[in-house]
Amino acid sequence: MKLPPSVSRTGRALLVPLTTVVIAFVVAGLVMGLTGTNPFKTYVSIFDGTGLNWLFPWVGGQTRTIASQDLQQTLVATAPLILTGLAVAFAFRAGLFNIGAQGQYTVGSVLAIWVGTSFTHMNPVLHIVASIVAAALIGGAWAALAGWLKAVVGTHEVISTIMLNWIAIWVATYLFQENGPLQGKQALGNPVSNTLPNNVHLPVFWGNPALQGLDVGIFIGLAAAVVFWAIMNRSTLGYEVRAVGHNPDAARGAGINVARNYVVTMAICGAFAGLASSVDVLGWQFQVSTADISGSQVGFLGIAVALLGRNTAIGTVAAALLFGALETGTAADNINASVINPELAPQLTLIIEGLVVLLVSTDLIAVRLLGLPRRLGLGRPEPGADLAQALEPDDAAAQAAAVEGFDAGPATTGL
Amino acid sequence: MLTIADRVTVLRRGRSMGTVPRSGATEQSLARMVVGRDVIFRVEKQSAKPAGPILTVEDLRVLDDRGLDAVRGATLTVRAGEIVALAGVDGNGQSELVQAITGIRPPVGGRIEVDGVDVTGRGVRAAGTAGIAHIAEDRHRIGLVLPFTLAENLALRRYRAAPLSRFGWLNPKAFFTLAKRLLGAFDVRGGDPGTPAAALSGGNQQKLCIAREIDSDPKLLVAHQPTRGLDVGAIEFVHSQLIEQRDAGKGVLLVSLESEEVRSLADRILVIYEGRIVAEFPPDASEEELGIAMTGGTVAAA
Repeated sequence: MKLPPSVSRTGRALLVPLTTVVIAFVVAGLVMGLTGTNPFKTYVSIFDGTGLNWLFPWVGGQTRTIASQDLQQTLVATAPLILTGLAVAFAFRAGLFNIGAQGQYTVGSVLAIWVGTSFTHMNPVLHIVASIVAAALIGGAWAALAGWLKAVVGTHEVISTIMLNWIAIWVATYLFQENGPLQGKQALGNPVSNTLPNNVHLPVFWGNPALQGLDVGIFIGLAAAVVFWAIMNRSTLGYEVRAVGHNPDAARGAGINVARNYVVTMAICGAFAGLASSVDVLGWQFQVSTADISGSQVGFLGIAVALLGRNTAIGTVAAALLFGALETGTAADNINASVINPELAPQLTLIIEGLVVLLVSTDLIAVRLLGLPRRLGLGRPEPGADLAQALEPDDAAAQAAAVEGFDAGPATTGL
Repeated sequence: MLTIADRVTVLRRGRSMGTVPRSGATEQSLARMVVGRDVIFRVEKQSAKPAGPILTVEDLRVLDDRGLDAVRGATLTVRAGEIVALAGVDGNGQSELVQAITGIRPPVGGRIEVDGVDVTGRGVRAAGTAGIAHIAEDRHRIGLVLPFTLAENLALRRYRAAPLSRFGWLNPKAFFTLAKRLLGAFDVRGGDPGTPAAALSGGNQQKLCIAREIDSDPKLLVAHQPTRGLDVGAIEFVHSQLIEQRDAGKGVLLVSLESEEVRSLADRILVIYEGRIVAEFPPDASEEELGIAMTGGTVAAA
């Protein structure tokens, strides 16, 4: 199926994700409507809660102050989502499905907090850098394990990354739980790590550090997106990754070492996820509790972010912003209690996120809706046209990678 | 088909072109129905002027994907300036032999030399450096990365070297320049350097593969079923390219399942059966002789 030629390249790339988001919002709105909540008022309240109304010049006074704080929150939540999104997207481009961003994030948290709370005599700047680099390295190594297993013994990366998630989560829990080897000395009796000293925090450049203003982590996320783009589109490594992702046989036939490529790809993915954890730990968490470890969803959300962002750098940033904004906008203390029960609001985010993943991963739905006129006989039939042609080249690539990931084996059907 | 069938139905572009009884059908008449015009099966070419050996394969042994013997001691030579056709029934080790020669599949025994350089089991890049080019048996699976652009596909063998890349960073302008030149030189139609290869017709996709491989200025061109699934016009183009390469003094190893193609293009015909080269024929060998050798029968005088 083909979109009309009048639709520009960018338009085509945007059409499917936007349709997906709109459908998700409409369905979530139906859920609200059916359960006696006004969806329109709720969405307005969510929007105001994201702080994005700060961008409107006519918003002033007290509202503007609150909006700026909300927007800072939105961006604080966006930064790690960009990074875990990139961690999943990079793998997709190589034809791999990295479900392990959560585990890579978790081992990153452990190392970030350990480095950050040890070596207290280091130069603060070096200390911060060391902590970030340590998190990225351990995340990369953790993910590379899955790539190595695939390269050497052919273990499917979906299985190995899921298992590595659990290992990471339970090892981290073991380390920080009561009487665990890394349990904090300041709060014996609580299952929590040591607390980072103030000089190992990422600097806050907008808002009040005491109120969790916006730290420079967002720049780490944005810089990582630029690095992602450059590697993917402008380096021989990215060329190889994309070749392997599209067609490992052709890549092998061209002399590309596919096995090595899997290991390198996963290592890069894990480094992104590790960076995500350092941004959280050094940006606003400052300590890690066992509840943080079991409750964190940042790595898993990265899958949704990557899928919606169509595995591109810019798409991932946009999708991360959407999810970061939703998370902040539906937070219980941001939502207007007269519109929707604040305890229910956060579930809306989960509903929308779930719908987005469902719709994007089967984005045939969106494509089919767009192709409805033709199938109803309103357009000219086009012989030989198929789904792949409905999408732009890069886009079709991402699509293929995503679909391959999902179709890769019976193991993935339960996800 | 003509010996087994009672009636023959020809499909073209998803439509039935008609059904004819076997008695009234000839290869020519069927071909006309298949392609919609008369087909010339014979290829015009000068006689070969072979020089020294370019490819020497000695006692090569290769396993297939299941770990079973596929090539069991094959020995063959291709000289510069000749087309050697490897004829055989599909599945007699042709794919594994080609994969071993082109460096995709490491052999378990034997020796492969290209112009005096030992490339046995050295991998695809070493084979390429030694001067082997490879028109793959399956352009969709091995020859091309279909979602890649034409420029990216044309760069597949040389993206690691200047001017396409320097210090690991690609130069998009060089990609574009290379693609412009090759698309023009090989008359690849249906797209510009930024078009995905998937959008091209089969014939133009094959031209893309051929352009890439021939432009690497190889010493040996391994063409594995280079006309599979192509229409007549494209087949003529492929054949003329192979002959041009031969006349330019390169060795050509043509692996084909079409005895017609083998007999019209080859300067020498080798028959592969169960992983061994069992017979050699001149190009004027009869179909019967070839057929007997290809099915494992012994031929009196080859």
